[in-house]
Amino acid sequence: MKLTLRVWRQKNADAEGAMSTYEVDNISCDMSFLEMLDTLNEELIVKGEEPVAFDHDCREGICGACSLVINGDAHGPERTTTCQLHMRSFKDGDTIDIEPWRAAAFPVIKDLVVDRSAFDRIIQSGGYISAPTGSAPEAHATAVPKPDADFAFEHAECIGCGACVAACPNGSAMLFTSAKVNHLNVLPQGAPERETRVLDMVAQMDTEGFGGCTLTGECATACPKGIPLPSIAAMNKEWLRATRKVNR
Amino acid sequence: MALATRTDRRPSLPRTVWDSTVGKKTVMAVSGLIMLLYLVAHMIGNLKIFFGPGDFNHYAHWLRTLGEPVMRWEWTLWVVRVGLVAAVVAHAVSAYQLSRRDIKARPSKYVHKKPRASYATRTMRWGGIILGLFIVWHILDLTTGTVHPGEYEHLHPYQNVIDTFSTWYGNVIYITAVVALGFHVRHGFWSAAQTLGVGNASRDRFLKTCANGLALLLTAGFVSVPVGVMTGVVS
Repeated sequence: MKLTLRVWRQKNADAEGAMSTYEVDNISCDMSFLEMLDTLNEELIVKGEEPVAFDHDCREGICGACSLVINGDAHGPERTTTCQLHMRSFKDGDTIDIEPWRAAAFPVIKDLVVDRSAFDRIIQSGGYISAPTGSAPEAHATAVPKPDADFAFEHAECIGCGACVAACPNGSAMLFTSAKVNHLNVLPQGAPERETRVLDMVAQMDTEGFGGCTLTGECATACPKGIPLPSIAAMNKEWLRATRKVNR
Repeated sequence: MALATRTDRRPSLPRTVWDSTVGKKTVMAVSGLIMLLYLVAHMIGNLKIFFGPGDFNHYAHWLRTLGEPVMRWEWTLWVVRVGLVAAVVAHAVSAYQLSRRDIKARPSKYVHKKPRASYATRTMRWGGIILGLFIVWHILDLTTGTVHPGEYEHLHPYQNVIDTFSTWYGNVIYITAVVALGFHVRHGFWSAAQTLGVGNASRDRFLKTCANGLALLLTAGFVSVPVGVMTGVVS
């Protein structure tokens, strides 16, 4: 396959960025999107140019490191992560636009790499449970009803990649935060911090400069893990419950 | 030791609500539902115009005697008016603050643009502004009579309504606003349910049907009045 790439290039956080055009040839349809970028970078290095910086880690679709808005879609045209997106999703001769996540809370560090530490601070503010350290407890000591376990697991699938923020017209982190809140709030292990968790995580989310939710639904469409839109309603319910409970 | 063990108190409930994006959306949801409830009543009341001037004018008179003898002439009406103004202000201020925040949260646009979200969702802000301006005109036209075409007669709404809808611009403004209202309610009602935590996967279809039904019902009900005047059914 021969492709034309239009890639966002930006030297550093303070520099002005712009789209640069590159041609790549001999792309196999079995390559992943990141392998295609690796090919481009190898060519750039040989030519003595600066390679395109992009985030990646496991390349198995489970770590949440890769990002990229491809032709206007977070993680590209398939419902998966960029690393699991294959070049067979494109046609020979295609022009592909590659841009970084766009949000005030995710400033561009270089090229396609953005700073997602705002997510880490949201997790720090309440995405944990208080548990005694030491040996692992007996697995059956705390019974969890099957529907609750399923609900928790559905939300635990969130890999924190930030596609929801990238897709949202308001740069809102509601889907991410709701996944993390719902995951722990439904479980007995998460019960001691049930109220403070949702209040603190939502407050931190607001502090980081993410936008509010207008229920556009773009986040859930972009999510590579299929976190559903009703998660946001479930978190809102938790938040409203917590505001009544905590002020005693 | 109670003093030493007590952890920091959290801000008060109103403070928490107003400082949070989720809280402001709750304000919008509640104020929106109050306005929606009023609109349903208003629409049903409007339909009385099809029973002739006697029925319609008597209905307007009854609205002012509502709650008697506990309330005096127009007291209930004024309570409703104050409540509605509060709802409109709360709704608009929250929307303004949240919108500013949302625009700031996404400063740079994508180069590759895709058509996104439904028409109703994309037009919420403009729709809201149109509705706000419409309310001002609507009150100046049919409540105070300030910009009313023709002779405004207090407590004779039947003739007043016919006067307004006998002008082309009266019809254009009204029908535009009511269509905007339909779109606003279509996304707004469903959104309010999500914000208040009523929405879930199994109820989603039901809530969407409710939102569409309400939007359609309100639009049809309100539009029927100018259409009635234009076609001569109401004269």
